Amino acid sequence: MDLIAVNIIDGLVTGLLLFMLSAGLTLIFSMMGVLNFAHASFYMLGAYFAYQISIYLGFWMGLLIAPILVGVLGAGVERYGLRRVHQYGHVPELIFTFGLALLIEEVVQFVWGKNQMPYETPEILQFTAFAIAGNSIPAYKVFMIFISVTIFIGLLYVLTRTRIGMIIQAALSYPKTVEALGHNVPFIFMGVFGVGTALAGVAGVIAGPVLSTFPGMAFVLGSIVFVTIVIGGLGSLWGALVASLLIGWLTTFAKSYNLRMEDLLTTLGFNKPEPIWDSAWQDLWTLTSPQVADILPYILMVLILVFRPYGLFGKRDA
Amino acid sequence: MTDLTQTTAARSSIMPQVLPWVIALGFLLVMPLIFTSNSALTIMNQMAMTIIFALAYNMLLGQGGMLSFGHAVYMGVGGFACVHIMNWDAFFGLIPLPVLPIFGGLFGMGLALIVGAFSTRKAGTVFAMISLGVGELIAACSVIIVVFFGGEEGISGDRTYGLPFFGIEFLRQIEVYYLVVFWLMVSAVLMYLWSRTPMGRMANAVRDNPERAEFLGYSARWVRFYSFVASGFFAGIAGGLFAINYEILTEENLNLTQSGAILLVTFLGGAGFFFGPIIGAIVFTLLQTVLSLETELWQLYVGALFVATVMFFPGGLAGLLMLHAPAAKMGRLSHLAGPYAKVLFPGIIGTLALCCLIELTFHLRHASIGDHEMVLFWTTFNTHSPVPWLLFGAIAAGGLWLAKRGAPDMAEAFHEANVMKGAA
Repeated sequence: MDLIAVNIIDGLVTGLLLFMLSAGLTLIFSMMGVLNFAHASFYMLGAYFAYQISIYLGFWMGLLIAPILVGVLGAGVERYGLRRVHQYGHVPELIFTFGLALLIEEVVQFVWGKNQMPYETPEILQFTAFAIAGNSIPAYKVFMIFISVTIFIGLLYVLTRTRIGMIIQAALSYPKTVEALGHNVPFIFMGVFGVGTALAGVAGVIAGPVLSTFPGMAFVLGSIVFVTIVIGGLGSLWGALVASLLIGWLTTFAKSYNLRMEDLLTTLGFNKPEPIWDSAWQDLWTLTSPQVADILPYILMVLILVFRPYGLFGKRDA
Repeated sequence: MTDLTQTTAARSSIMPQVLPWVIALGFLLVMPLIFTSNSALTIMNQMAMTIIFALAYNMLLGQGGMLSFGHAVYMGVGGFACVHIMNWDAFFGLIPLPVLPIFGGLFGMGLALIVGAFSTRKAGTVFAMISLGVGELIAACSVIIVVFFGGEEGISGDRTYGLPFFGIEFLRQIEVYYLVVFWLMVSAVLMYLWSRTPMGRMANAVRDNPERAEFLGYSARWVRFYSFVASGFFAGIAGGLFAINYEILTEENLNLTQSGAILLVTFLGGAGFFFGPIIGAIVFTLLQTVLSLETELWQLYVGALFVATVMFFPGGLAGLLMLHAPAAKMGRLSHLAGPYAKVLFPGIIGTLALCCLIELTFHLRHASIGDHEMVLFWTTFNTHSPVPWLLFGAIAAGGLWLAKRGAPDMAEAFHEANVMKGAA
């Protein structure tokens, strides 16, 4: 029971982190109809920028400045790269962001090298917030949850309750009409792209110390983020939230409970072949849940695509 | 009478169609006589396999308009299947080695049949996402399904256990080269003919406007499905050749890096033309093998080149070449030489100097402490003295400035060369 509570918190942290990335990605998708392959690369840049700033000005200034830098960079990419490629169609846009992801990884390796960076959590947050039956929950995890929830509520408020949010929503569905009403739609697009990448940057800043800051970090998270928004339904913010939490909990629980295929097969009445290493089914018998934890999201995605191609919350055809 | 003229017209038009293939075949047969070293053979084998794979990939990207992020899986699974066949002595002893790639193709096709059944419903972003997900899934499975994928160390076989083929046992690299060339020609011709069939034409139609194709009575989905399965078959053949050449397959043959590389190759060469991926494969393999010997940063340069291609020349190298076809037909290419040289020569020098600056920075930041010496273009110098920095900086700035200054003239000359005489 106590372990369940700990896992729920761990899964929540992973899920909310995933959500910060997928929220920006899904916003950008519903806006421009293109998936930003380099989204996770902006997350990585956030972590590296924050590390570099934290050396001189400390963690908190990094949390403040790094996302802004990433956002400005993202807006620049939209303005001078993506807008240029847009005329050729969606597939070249996707290829462009893919190339950008490769390039950013190479540039990061060029500047910071291939090793992991010693980016640490701030000292104020290096204590145990509370403990559940001997399992201590570090304060930094609570801080991560706090930041992500704050950002989610802020995003929801801006999008649904303010004038700017209304204009953005209108520009998503009827860009021509909004332009005719005198709003600068290309500027709105650039802004949304910038904010989306800045969100990814925030995720990078707070995830860098716990998930470690290294050149492969974009690669590790990148495809999972895509899986998330496909499961949630392309373009749906709520879908992204639900899918992120689902994936977060699914992988956390699969990793912490050592469920074995052997037990399942024995209960179903199969006999274990002996010796196991000569059997063609050895992989099936020796399968455990921590082993498959990392591929569960992909299996989920394929299932969703087969049975409900629009994703959990997706309404329209992509 | 009209029938007769048509047949003669058809017969005379066959010659220019066949000629490039004959030249290519002759070229491939002569190559190992010119470049006899083993490393050259390895590079050429690699090149030929990349060409087959890139052409198969372009059946999707260029001809069908489907962007796949997980195509390495079909090549990889074909290759893995071939290694398993190599290790299955009772069966492998009965078939000659040159037949083996067909089995690779069949396995690649089988997988494409399964995946294509649900992934080809939509083109565009949805297809790209499914291909990515399935690709990652299978790549991740390679660590779990040890029986087939061999876990982290992969699986290996021995090609020489097959039935001797007219006395050839494929012990030597050169024998493998001719086997690869045979399959390269066969698959390239088949893929070219496929693109000429009504099926291949419909793939183009579905790429450009699926709605109109559906109104003509074709199912866009089935057209995509057939292209996908055919592409899987040829990717599997490339995998089979990989298995024969290297005799080992690992997780690296399946993962996203490999799928990304083939996208890069195809787009760099030009997805819009049949011969684009061939150029791309040749250029990329040369960059990969030659440039990686020269510098640690070759991936950075290739990445920058790729992004620049997508932004400025979406037609790739082949598109760039074909831009000059009208001028060549009018015999005006010589008019372009002067203005081109004025831009390209300083531009290339400037870019090289820029690369030298990047190399200097990299050396300064990442070399071991006290190591102040580096060699660029056969010259040794001290990275901590300002001289090389100023020198390279000046050359880069000067070269790029000259190139920029000559650019309007070049555009003007290009325009002139493409305008009919008397029309202007």
